[in-house]
Amino acid sequence: MAGSMEIPAKGGFNFDLCRRNAMLEKNGLKMPGFRKTGTTIVGLVFRDGVVLGADTRATEGPIVADKNCEKIHFMAPNIYCCGAGTAADTEAVTDMVSSQLQLHRYATSRESRVVTALTLLKTHLFNYQGHVSAALVLGGVDVTGPHLHTVYPHGSTDTLPFATMGSGSLAAMSVFESRYKEGLTRGEGIQLVADAICAGIFNDLGSGSNVDVCVITKGKTEYLRTHQEPNPRTYASSKGFSFAKGHTEVLSTKIRQLKLKPEVTEGDAMEEE
Amino acid sequence: MDGSHANAAAAAAGGGEGTQRTLNPYVTGNSVIAMKYKDGVIMACDTGASYGSTLRYKSVERIKAVGKHSLIGASGEFSDFQEILRYLDELTLSDHMWDDGNSLGPKEIHAYLTRVMYNRRNKFDPLWNSLVLGGVKKGPKGDEKYLGMVNMIGTHFEENHIATGFGNHMAVPILRGEWREDLTFEEAVKLIEKCLLVLLYRDRSSINKFQIAKITTEGSTIYPPYALKTNWGFAAFENPSQGAVGTW
Repeated sequence: MAGSMEIPAKGGFNFDLCRRNAMLEKNGLKMPGFRKTGTTIVGLVFRDGVVLGADTRATEGPIVADKNCEKIHFMAPNIYCCGAGTAADTEAVTDMVSSQLQLHRYATSRESRVVTALTLLKTHLFNYQGHVSAALVLGGVDVTGPHLHTVYPHGSTDTLPFATMGSGSLAAMSVFESRYKEGLTRGEGIQLVADAICAGIFNDLGSGSNVDVCVITKGKTEYLRTHQEPNPRTYASSKGFSFAKGHTEVLSTKIRQLKLKPEVTEGDAMEEE
Repeated sequence: MDGSHANAAAAAAGGGEGTQRTLNPYVTGNSVIAMKYKDGVIMACDTGASYGSTLRYKSVERIKAVGKHSLIGASGEFSDFQEILRYLDELTLSDHMWDDGNSLGPKEIHAYLTRVMYNRRNKFDPLWNSLVLGGVKKGPKGDEKYLGMVNMIGTHFEENHIATGFGNHMAVPILRGEWREDLTFEEAVKLIEKCLLVLLYRDRSSINKFQIAKITTEGSTIYPPYALKTNWGFAAFENPSQGAVGTW
């Protein structure tokens, strides 16, 4: 009793289960798959700020797991982040950095800066050497102006005037490369973002459903959930079907009384009260 | 016993001693973009051919006229394209020798190429190309424009606009959004230049030297190569790590 003491964890990675996992896989265990977002996410800088856009389809291999998921994540009131890759990873990493930013705001009494979010994200992703499969488009407006960055799963970042990520990034990038110019107005920026996402939705199988847009300017953020619905779900008429008389041809008629009326052969019929 | 079985199997797999199979492409051409427009078909590509990751040849013509009514453009292994041109020469020559007043139209040439590509694929010896075949020929309903493509496994289809290689991912979304039936030649050139510019920016093996070709009832014209103007003057490119240290 006296001799056995729990050695406290040294911190860092704990690889205890790796041998056991390898043994299970060798014995035929099929590891569970990841739900990926198979996505088109875009961002661009316009005259007064940034516009972010995303589609809303989450795939699990060939199946659409979620028809209308939210890929534009909240980081700070003035910073939003689109995520592509493994859904759990994008969700967890953006949540984590969002909480860290809030604590930082309480500690400094200042509005969060986009580079802060960027540095927190890239250090976390680099530490996990690409195993956290999150490809992000981070955009926001702070005291130093509008910023747009892309963050890759291994932790590298780019600072760009326009950016696309995800499986539909090529289709969306073709729209941006041919039509982007500096100094776009708000309306032009939203239109270009929506067109780029639509290019991804219609030309990439991993993207689909609706277009979400987020417009961030100095002092104001507008999250336009379902800004466009280019694939509406059509239902049958709400009035139901109408089967007027004469729709169906009557071949023969046989009427049978369900409630049998007894025939009184002797005596009086019962008195009805 | 086992040794001879293994040898027999290896010989069967390797196809015997003398035969060669195309296992990898070596000198490859880039995307080809083509579309129908008001007067016929327009086709464009760059004039580069890469040897792996080296840009080996910079003045290569990957669009050629076939007969009187068609244009063929190819991406993929360049030597296989040269072989296909020889097959087409034989085809058009024997067609000409019939001297019957009829000449092979684009639809017929496309069908011929489809058979050639598919049969080579079935012998596990493909011609490593994606071919684009376009042309105009007088038919029962007047001048009929035709545009189709065949790839190395024999998949073939006909469309109003075609792009091969990387163009499938980057040019097709633009064409699907902006192509119209009644484009004039100038509008078609502008649209195709839009696609070529996007590919120049985003395809690593693309070069800034393009050739456009068109085919109408008058015949085919392959224009001399020229370069497109690129724009790199974005403010964010000037000093990207100014606001964010450690970023590119």
